[in-house]
Amino acid sequence: MSRLQSCFDALHDRNEAALVVFVTAGDPFPGETWKVIKTIADAGADIIELGIPFSDPLADGPVIQASSMRALEAGVTPPSVLDDVRAARDAGVEVPIVLMGSWNPVMQFGMAEFAAAAASAGADATILTDLSPDEAEEWKVASTAEGLDTIFLIAPTSTQVRMDMVRPLAGGFIYCVSRTGITGMHDNVSNGIADLVENIRTNIPGVPVCVGFGISQPEHVRAVAQVADGAVVGSRIVQQLHETKSLDVLAETVASLKAATKR
Amino acid sequence: MSSLIQGTSFTSEPDARGHFGPFGGRFVPETLVPALDELARRYEEARTDPEFLAEFDRHLQEYVGRPTPLTFAENLTNELGGAKIYLKREDLCHTGAHKINNTIGQILLARKMGKPRIIAETGAGQHGVATATVCAKFGYQCCVYMGAEDVKRQRLNVFRMQLLGAEVRPVESGTKTLKDATNEALRDWVTNVADTHYIIGSVVGPHPYPAMVRDFQSVIGRETRAQMIERTGRLPDVVLACVGGGSNAMGMFHPFVSDESVRLIGVEAAGDGIGTERHAATLSLGRPGVLHGSLTYLLQDVHGQIAEAHSVSAGLDYPGVGPEHSSLKDRGRAEYAAVNDEEALDALQWVSRREGILPALETAHAFAELRKLAPTMSPDQTIVVCFSGRGDKDVEAVAERLGGFQL
Ligand SMILES: Cc1ncc(COP(=O)(O)O)c(C=O)c1O
Repeated sequence: MSRLQSCFDALHDRNEAALVVFVTAGDPFPGETWKVIKTIADAGADIIELGIPFSDPLADGPVIQASSMRALEAGVTPPSVLDDVRAARDAGVEVPIVLMGSWNPVMQFGMAEFAAAAASAGADATILTDLSPDEAEEWKVASTAEGLDTIFLIAPTSTQVRMDMVRPLAGGFIYCVSRTGITGMHDNVSNGIADLVENIRTNIPGVPVCVGFGISQPEHVRAVAQVADGAVVGSRIVQQLHETKSLDVLAETVASLKAATKR
Repeated sequence: MSSLIQGTSFTSEPDARGHFGPFGGRFVPETLVPALDELARRYEEARTDPEFLAEFDRHLQEYVGRPTPLTFAENLTNELGGAKIYLKREDLCHTGAHKINNTIGQILLARKMGKPRIIAETGAGQHGVATATVCAKFGYQCCVYMGAEDVKRQRLNVFRMQLLGAEVRPVESGTKTLKDATNEALRDWVTNVADTHYIIGSVVGPHPYPAMVRDFQSVIGRETRAQMIERTGRLPDVVLACVGGGSNAMGMFHPFVSDESVRLIGVEAAGDGIGTERHAATLSLGRPGVLHGSLTYLLQDVHGQIAEAHSVSAGLDYPGVGPEHSSLKDRGRAEYAAVNDEEALDALQWVSRREGILPALETAHAFAELRKLAPTMSPDQTIVVCFSGRGDKDVEAVAERLGGFQL
């Protein structure tokens, strides 16, 4: 059974939602991202999304864009991100690690080569935000060959046709985009999220649904936990880590978010 | 005869998913896909809808001033002593460049889709002006993203857009040029997709944009083809156009693609030179990758990070190119050359003095290649240059490069 699947099974038994935490590889501690990952995992996060920085991300808001730029300036590359994953595994991190980024760096690495290297480094899945399912068949094949799950996005604008297209490709979980827009912090969880999650569950049965984009506070996580299998927090963590450079503060924030996932 | 019906019959590309051979396609965040599907569907309807086509043609005639003339460049021809040189005068379009052919088409589509807000990206400012213009005419709210660097280089066009009632948003992220303005416009669209149409300014972006913009621009090549046959009794031997994103070139090339005898030559910007790291010669020196929603030749590093492009011309300063050009290059149907800043600045002055027409810096790149090519051909051969735009917007930048105004 895949790490992601056993993770969601265990959470289900405990009646909790998953806390998914996003950080950009190499920001703010180039070469020591494994410490960040370990801190997040030890503080109770269930799944880690590790951002592979790209020069021209379309789905990211200002906070993660700026973080990506800092990481690129610090010399982060796709191979160095995979080194971070390996280092985290060596340090005993057991939670699923999902690589998140844009398609071009993966394409330039080589599709089959990247899938193999990611799996052997200890990654469990990928989310490639601009690889729409229309273009993803080959990537699905390459990933499946290496036991890597392919996570796709469903948005409030997604139609029945889109869900039908994602169904055969989806693995790990569905990333439900809570609002039209880019990543960033908002004051509330958007209305209609319960309906969207229900709609996804009906159309893509058997795959957990995690909600992201705009989720930053424990009360957002609590609201999402009532209707979905997990909540993704990104910009708030990235921003705080950048401002404080403190693993202690990071651990506290993650713990407070995790506490909100209990139903 | 309707422009678009004719315009789309020249090739079978792209396929239903927007692929030109291995290039093109649709690489965007999921939120945008339904909007692209809707746009593709509306465009499919529109291009065979006689009413839509008649209205498009009417605005091209009454408002843009089409057909644009084909000018015999007698002085250039005599000086170079080779092929006869003709100029397709897109500089005489309303607003001073070919860009408005596309914005007229897209604003009519936006109206069909009932979207009240328009966004656009711009590099040289010509597409921004063309978008602000149609928004004023058709009563739309208009927001134009422009790299902060380009805002400085093209001040005149920024003020023009503001006069036309558009909001210009300087983009401070990344390299502060066209690439970043396009990122920002796409991010705005992801956020406001329900009420906003994004008028992309070139044959780039996710499907259906590359095909749609090509079709709207192919009026250039169609008129040229007819005018050349009328004037010279046959097809030209060469058509020449500058390539930024590639819309004036694609509009010119498209109706000639199946005329195998016609050489299609695109001219990219080599900036400081192709031997340097500072250029924008995407097709000549790039590698296939994905940027702004499509797979195409790109300037990038080994890890797939997009490289900064460099050109004296803001409209060519782009590290990507339309996917159909990538396909034409790989199939060997079109050739692509690159000329540097110095050659372009030289050509700009040369054309101004010899023909009394001031070309845009973008257009000047095509003329720099013309100077090399025409003398190698014979007087019974012909070349058409796509005169994509006039150079008034560049006067300040050129003066600066040439050492200031001399009074
Ligand atoms: C006059 C002129 N020519 C050419 C271009 C380059 O664009 P494209 O390659 O899409 O024609 C521009 C872009 O701003 C322009 O203003």
